[in-house]
Amino acid sequence: MANERTQASEEQIVYANLLNKGMWSGLALLIITFIVYVSGVLPSHVPIEELSKTPPGSDVPYWSMRAHDFNQAFNIPTGWGWTALAGKGDYLNFVGIAWLAGLTILCYAAIIPILLRKKETQYLIIAIAEIAVLVLAASGILKVGGH
Amino acid sequence: MLTRKPVSSQIVLLMSIFFCLMIAAVSVFASTEGAAVPPPASDVAWWVWPLVLLVVTFVLGILAVLGGVGGGVLFVPIIGGFFPFNIDFVRGAGLLVALAGALAAGPGLLKRNLASLRLALPVALIASAAAIGGAMIGLALKPNVVNILLGATILFIVIIMATAKKSDFPNVPKPDNIAQSLGIMGIYREESIGKDVEWTVHKTPQGLLLFIVIGIMAGMFGLGAGWANVPVLNLLMGAPLKISVATSKFLLSITDTSAAWVYLNQGAVLPMIVVPSIVGIMLGSMVGVKILAKAKPKAIKWMVIGLLLFAGLRALLKGLEIWK
Repeated sequence: MANERTQASEEQIVYANLLNKGMWSGLALLIITFIVYVSGVLPSHVPIEELSKTPPGSDVPYWSMRAHDFNQAFNIPTGWGWTALAGKGDYLNFVGIAWLAGLTILCYAAIIPILLRKKETQYLIIAIAEIAVLVLAASGILKVGGH
Repeated sequence: MLTRKPVSSQIVLLMSIFFCLMIAAVSVFASTEGAAVPPPASDVAWWVWPLVLLVVTFVLGILAVLGGVGGGVLFVPIIGGFFPFNIDFVRGAGLLVALAGALAAGPGLLKRNLASLRLALPVALIASAAAIGGAMIGLALKPNVVNILLGATILFIVIIMATAKKSDFPNVPKPDNIAQSLGIMGIYREESIGKDVEWTVHKTPQGLLLFIVIGIMAGMFGLGAGWANVPVLNLLMGAPLKISVATSKFLLSITDTSAAWVYLNQGAVLPMIVVPSIVGIMLGSMVGVKILAKAKPKAIKWMVIGLLLFAGLRALLKGLEIWK
């Protein structure tokens, strides 16, 4: 039997509830957008049947290319540039993917007021620092060089 | 007298044979070199690949649960080794597969107070920052170098899985200064002994240092890092096994998020690979949980170790261009 001693803390419950709702909505979004993609309801920036084809002058199909070369071949922007293509069937899927990847930032933001109220200064700093790390990763500022 | 094997074991055995045959077929079809009889990848209808991916990841999802490993650690070497996709896209998908699994498990584990936010938050900050570095290194390295390092890592994981001991309730005589200052401690209900168990941790500085390495590896290879999280939390820092396993699973939702953003921003994510893989692994995990109640975990653990050994060798030999 669960008693008060073994119960999860308030911030843990808030985090869990938001994570639960966000995860299921993200998963549903992912499946719906994928159905739109493969059904061809919306035109794709990179037609799905092209992925397995080998372009002239290359000895590997598109999906066997490095990400950098693939992006160049189809003139795909990096960072948040995909949002400009979100009306296309393939890049519509990125909405659900970005939602799932961004969920943790929202969960951290949700517990900050609780940590503040409880005067949990150390955990408050850790939570703010974590948000900063995740926002930095999500920002697209960080570039990968060398291929 | 003949002894009858449980039905669940037979199902798992049949599934494994089917899985091996499928992987063999995929590797033949995926080959773009000298495949005179079977058509090369570019001649196979596009819809075959997501379908095959869905089936393979479904089986991987079952095996991952039964073998007690995360989906990502099986996904990257097997899909990277036997499917025609570039390792960049496989790692991007691997991170999202591990992330989806962690996001799905997280709420239940947090609510039951098995995953601890007090333990996870400091560790996650270190690991997620390191995972960004790992992802950037991984995307900058040449694919054959990634495959060699991935193969070596998978073989190392095999050794850990085969030899590492686990401790249900490690002895922590005194929390260290960091653990004490941050109040990394808790109480949970251990149903197997019908008692409330109080826990804390020690050797936090050493644990945090190791999480830098774990974060880098998770980001570099797109692997979920449960295989490394659990031994560090349990054997080094002294968290009870259940707390370690649950916190590790939840931790992946934070570590993999930071690395996943790097892959997403670099265009190393193909929805055609990601979505069937996430759906397949999640459905497989649900079936796996049901089979787990009847299956023999020890035999399955060794089967998963065998599978990882094979996939690790494949990645290593692919990287060394011995088995292309």
